[in-house]
Amino acid sequence: MSTTTPRTSDSGGPLTTPETAKLDRVLFGDNQFFGINHRSEEKAREQAMRFQDLDAIMAVIDDAYASGIRTLMCTTHDRIADVVERVRAEPERYDGFSFFPCMPYAHKYADAVTESGILGALNRFMPDEGMLNAMMRGGRSLAKKDIEGIITLLVDAEMAGFAGVRTPVVWLQNVVVDLLLGLGFTDAFAIFANHVRSRYNAEPGFITMNLPMLLDHLDSAGIDNPLVCSNINKIGFRMSGGVEAYQAALAERPFRAVAMSVFASGAIPPREALEWIYAQPGIESIVFGASSRSHIESTVALVREFER
Amino acid sequence: MIRLGVVGLGKMGLSHLSMIRAHPEVSVEAVVDSAGYILGVLSKYTGLKTFTDFEKMLDSVELDAVLIATPTRFHAAMVRTALERGLHVFCEKPLTLTAAESAELSGIAAVRGLVTQVGYHNRFVGTFREAKRLLEADAIGRITHVQAESYGPVVLKAKGTTWRSKRTEGGGCLYDYAAHPLDLATWFVGDALGVGGTILGSVFSENTEDEVYSTIYFADGVSGQLSVNWSDESYRKMTTRVSVFGTQGKIIADRQEIQVYLRSTAPELDGYAPGWTIKSTTELTDEVWFYLRGEEYSAQLDHFVQRIHDPAVAPTNDFASAAITDRIIELLTVDAAAGASTTAPSSVPATTSAPAPRRRNLLGRRS
Repeated sequence: MSTTTPRTSDSGGPLTTPETAKLDRVLFGDNQFFGINHRSEEKAREQAMRFQDLDAIMAVIDDAYASGIRTLMCTTHDRIADVVERVRAEPERYDGFSFFPCMPYAHKYADAVTESGILGALNRFMPDEGMLNAMMRGGRSLAKKDIEGIITLLVDAEMAGFAGVRTPVVWLQNVVVDLLLGLGFTDAFAIFANHVRSRYNAEPGFITMNLPMLLDHLDSAGIDNPLVCSNINKIGFRMSGGVEAYQAALAERPFRAVAMSVFASGAIPPREALEWIYAQPGIESIVFGASSRSHIESTVALVREFER
Repeated sequence: MIRLGVVGLGKMGLSHLSMIRAHPEVSVEAVVDSAGYILGVLSKYTGLKTFTDFEKMLDSVELDAVLIATPTRFHAAMVRTALERGLHVFCEKPLTLTAAESAELSGIAAVRGLVTQVGYHNRFVGTFREAKRLLEADAIGRITHVQAESYGPVVLKAKGTTWRSKRTEGGGCLYDYAAHPLDLATWFVGDALGVGGTILGSVFSENTEDEVYSTIYFADGVSGQLSVNWSDESYRKMTTRVSVFGTQGKIIADRQEIQVYLRSTAPELDGYAPGWTIKSTTELTDEVWFYLRGEEYSAQLDHFVQRIHDPAVAPTNDFASAAITDRIIELLTVDAAAGASTTAPSSVPATTSAPAPRRRNLLGRRS
């Protein structure tokens, strides 16, 4: 366990928002910790090597905390459990710190499907292995309550690792959101939202690469003023439907926008990227990942500058 | 509006269904799968018309095209049926399990003037497209060698329970993984003349291979190395990389970026200077109407749609091109089954210090 104490912020205090109903203005992402880099395989591998050591991850999180960041928006990757454990063990050191779990970690499921098929994979991740088998025996089709049961059990399995820490928002990952969106399986969004609210007293969030289309479907699922995270950046990188449609949605539609990939994986210089972001209406929060203290501090400084 | 049926709702089928159902010019009229539970969920929650039998679906629904994503062993018969009914066909890779069938189906489609496509999605990745563009412009001079690699963490223990763990059904690292870098290599440098030294090795699997290594001989003296392993846990997900070596430079491309080295003697090319030029997927990728798991998956479906609308659109990944890849896969299987062909120490006299001259004998080794 690391013995250094996080430095206290000398640059303007936590980036939390006084209105408790709102998200922090800046959320810290975790792609960099798990070898995910949308621009370079080599960079991704370097990061995977560096961050196989939990202390290296915690050192970066401590830097983020010292800069005023209080939220880690993270996948439900196995290794996040170790981060949660550290934070849980030192509540004073991480005062006010929250996790926003993003579920599921899709590659875990995709590889399991290749190996065991869809049912086999579901079975593997269900807490009670016998349940699905019992449902499937005799080939009876799944009733509505079965589907609800499967979705909620999968959510519970992913949430088990977050017991004892604050999780005020629970996100559904874009691969799942967009798969359901394309299929037209809109009811699943409501099942997820209801379960997250009732069981975890948390706000459900939806990550998507297809913001304008998703907003229509969340409307029809009866989810009001939804929390939606999507790529929002000046060059339109992975903004399906086009920058203009996103800008129109931000200006006109009732939803709470979280912007990710604001730098388009490094394709836009930070100042230019954030200047554009803060010129858009209705963005409640941005999420970014970084692996160095200087990068975190310079990004936070830019945010404070543009928010003034 | 193109009326489409989707056949096979496994991992690939479901994701294709999601993307194509969101396409503004396509109407998904029906889906087919043998698993009742998936059909039940889809019909209850998405209103899709479902069938457990392919032919029954074809008899009941008016279609223009089908998308086939069943296990590979079913492809040949289904594709043939669809073509004989005059339907355009998008089929998952590999097209069939034998080169002869793939070539025959390609012929049937050509005679009937039907649009065909196989799901080699890497040909729609921005970086690989850029590599293809550079090679067509002779950017790196005469090509001497191509190295095609894929690695990923699919099989990490002995027991698999699906068709993907049985080679006889089209599973295994060769069909599932190696087909991709191989297809890119043929796209870049053309059809293979032969293969040698092929190893289909098991790391964990009992009924199929987990590694594929081979030397591939292309026309004009271009050599190739194929190196594929789907039991490599150090990769987070499937990673495909193709490196092409030429007299004026080299190109290394993966899904994220393309790295190009040009000698000062290389022909001038817009956007590229002598030395290294690196371009990222963010600048090489066109926007798609709907994003699920990579622009290339959406783009390949859109290409199929656009080709049905306009037969003049030049094909990428039609059956004829997939048949080339299937034929090389068959060569690799035959070569590996024939066992190792080595130059053992005993064939070189101990008194000679220089390597013994070895007769170049490309294709006639076992004939």
